[in-house]
Amino acid sequence: MTGSSTRTSAAGSLDPVLEIRDLSVALPAWADRRLAVNAVSLTVGRGETLCVVGESGSGKSVMARSILRLLPEPHLRIAGGQILLDGEDLARADDRRMRQIRGGEISMVFQEPMVSLNPLMTVGRQIDEILEVHTGWSKAERRRRVIATFEDVRLPEPELIVGAYPHELSGGQRQRVMIAMSLVLEPKLIIADEPTTALDVTTEAQVLTLLKELQVKHGTALLFITHNFGVVAEIADRVAVMRSGELVEYGSAKDVLEHPQHPYTRALIDAVPSLVPRKHPEPSSTAEPILTVRALEKTYGRPSAGPKWLARMMPRLARGRRSAVKAVNKVDLDIRRGSAVALVGESGSGKSTLARCLIGLEQADSGSALIAGDEIVGRSRADWRPLRSRVQMVFQDPFASLNPRTKVGDIIARGAILQGVNPAAAMEQARRLLDLVGLDAKAAERFPHEFSGGQRQRIGIARALAVKPDILIADEPVSALDVSVQKQVLDLLDDLRRQFGLTMLFITHDLRVAAHVCEDIVVLKNGTIVERGLTADIFANPQHDYTRTLLASVPGRDWQRRGLPDQMAPTGE
Amino acid sequence: MTSSFWIRFLGNPRVLLGLIWLALVVIGALAAPLIAPLDPFAISGKPFVRPMDGFLFGTDSLGRSVWSGLVHGARTTLLIAIIATLAAVAFGGLLGALSGFYGGRTDNLLMRITEFFQTIPSFIFAILLVAVLSPSATSVVVAIATVSWPPIARIVRAEVMSLRSREFIQAAVTLGERDFVILFRQILPNALSPLIVTGSLLVATAILTESALSFLGLGAPNFMSWGFMIGAGRSFLRDAWWLVAIPGIAILLTVLSINLVGEGLNDALNPRLRTP
Repeated sequence: MTGSSTRTSAAGSLDPVLEIRDLSVALPAWADRRLAVNAVSLTVGRGETLCVVGESGSGKSVMARSILRLLPEPHLRIAGGQILLDGEDLARADDRRMRQIRGGEISMVFQEPMVSLNPLMTVGRQIDEILEVHTGWSKAERRRRVIATFEDVRLPEPELIVGAYPHELSGGQRQRVMIAMSLVLEPKLIIADEPTTALDVTTEAQVLTLLKELQVKHGTALLFITHNFGVVAEIADRVAVMRSGELVEYGSAKDVLEHPQHPYTRALIDAVPSLVPRKHPEPSSTAEPILTVRALEKTYGRPSAGPKWLARMMPRLARGRRSAVKAVNKVDLDIRRGSAVALVGESGSGKSTLARCLIGLEQADSGSALIAGDEIVGRSRADWRPLRSRVQMVFQDPFASLNPRTKVGDIIARGAILQGVNPAAAMEQARRLLDLVGLDAKAAERFPHEFSGGQRQRIGIARALAVKPDILIADEPVSALDVSVQKQVLDLLDDLRRQFGLTMLFITHDLRVAAHVCEDIVVLKNGTIVERGLTADIFANPQHDYTRTLLASVPGRDWQRRGLPDQMAPTGE
Repeated sequence: MTSSFWIRFLGNPRVLLGLIWLALVVIGALAAPLIAPLDPFAISGKPFVRPMDGFLFGTDSLGRSVWSGLVHGARTTLLIAIIATLAAVAFGGLLGALSGFYGGRTDNLLMRITEFFQTIPSFIFAILLVAVLSPSATSVVVAIATVSWPPIARIVRAEVMSLRSREFIQAAVTLGERDFVILFRQILPNALSPLIVTGSLLVATAILTESALSFLGLGAPNFMSWGFMIGAGRSFLRDAWWLVAIPGIAILLTVLSINLVGEGLNDALNPRLRTP
């Protein structure tokens, strides 16, 4: 039952399940704008998928939550408009009616499956509870239904999984449980709030396929919130684009993706990183290696089965305990001066651990790593200090990586001061760096909270550059940013790299991002390198199965490939 | 402190009430010799003069002015409570910071010491300390500080542990910053808000402890204090209610005000935790 033709349902002729009319949601007085959602009108037809797209702060999640009245009242409240579910206004329904509707007629799938499930209850019981509340079925009937639903969402061995606790499942399995939970009462509408954002790309692809399939099978309408146009291309029938609480574009998926009307939509679509690898101007294979890694290993945890006598006396305790995990397993890597290498892998592949070993935040267990001839494995923090000006790092989360109580200028200048530059000169350099990364030099006097995510990441880059490093390690520097900002930051990194002749090690889970900035790609899986080579070669002809799966999982790849000819122009040179 | 903090803090009516009373107490304490020129220990009139009868709050069994006692007592009580709290915050904060930052064996050792102090009933421990050290203003301060630092150490430790793994600390490490600089310039400033809240509430506890010690006659000798006034007046409760009631109400209102301000600080510093 794979339905690919539902996409064509026309916007005009639908039978609406949910109609939102002029919905406004008010923000508290101290917020930066008055309304989180400003007079939005939307319709979701029976059995169709409406994708609501927008960046963070666009009000898309607030809009979705207000349908089920899950707003944190009284801070956020519905200020006006109607939410009609089959003609019944939910904005004015009383609490008892809302309880019936939640789960029964409209259900919701949240972004983070780990925090949406109760860790102290088996997943089977959590679904059983919904049936217990909403139906009068017997225990056996309910159990049959739970197992049938688990089969529906393709959980392996449903009879066993019913008795499992959330922490015993993988992220993808947990999200399947969440979907099973939302499906079990056969609601008319499922609201999914970025349900795949926290998942790896291969899992994301599976979950999206599953959602689409189930929707066809059960005829459920789907309101899907996302920031990713790739996902939109994959599943949407119709698309609504939101910005600052307002609807800026609304139409069928085909129209919006291929002929976007509003400049904001166009900008969002253009910002989706291209699947086409950049052409690298100079093959950098002649330069000498600046970073040489040999047989590097890092193991986390001890065998946790406990002492032998305990395992013998209580074998159940030790059952299923995972022993040590080899996060980095005999990795060899050569990075030549001036090259840009992407380290690609899913969560748990050991890519971040490798990076942290190379910058001295973690101590590798064995092997060797030379930075321009200096061994770094086994160095204490104090011994690391003279090497700090060689390697620097740009961190993932721009909201956590800047000290909220230090002025931007001091944050950037600090590294140079530690290297022995006098404070006034360091501050002067910090201002120049701010200018270089595209911020006003006056930013030096301000605090990090006054800046947006993209601006903060620019500050993070300036901080890393302040000590004039040879190697820059960027650990998922854009994964916490909005799509439209991602591209700017990537272009900035690329630009700076050329300007300063930096060597870059770029950690990412997104092959498209890797293709945008790096000439070489190294694919990691379970701590081992499974494939390496030129980006263009890997994209054209992936050798390893895993690389192929990764490439095939990029959401919306067919839609992106369509525009190939006009995207061939290389960027940022 | 941003302006939104001040709006949330001063816009809270409970905080305003607390601050007004505390301001009155502090002004009274500072201006004690001006507004109550009579020596609180001097016999200034007949004993048991009722309030508003020549003396604002009457006189006690020896003819000492209750008003003078109240105002001069505010000095002693506040001074001892604040110094003891500062000492407890400094000591507990340092211990908690070291414990949370270094973890492992250091943490284990320091936390076992903390637990040792936490297991002894605090008021009995304070009595014991004052008795051993012989009653004086210093020993009261030492006793209060000794029994009140463990919660501070625990809070700072937890805060430092969570901050230690933040990316900006890792960034400081990769820049080659030294441990102590990281601890004092990067971590502690970010751990200040829970410290301020707990510290302010600790002042209230310290006032209560000081009053209780004085009540038992273990307070600082030669210093008038609220607890001492209650202790001295308690045998005349039926004939001269004001001897106990007036300092008692002063303690009640002051402790209440500090708690209101402390909770207001908490609400203003952590707006997301506030219950509507």
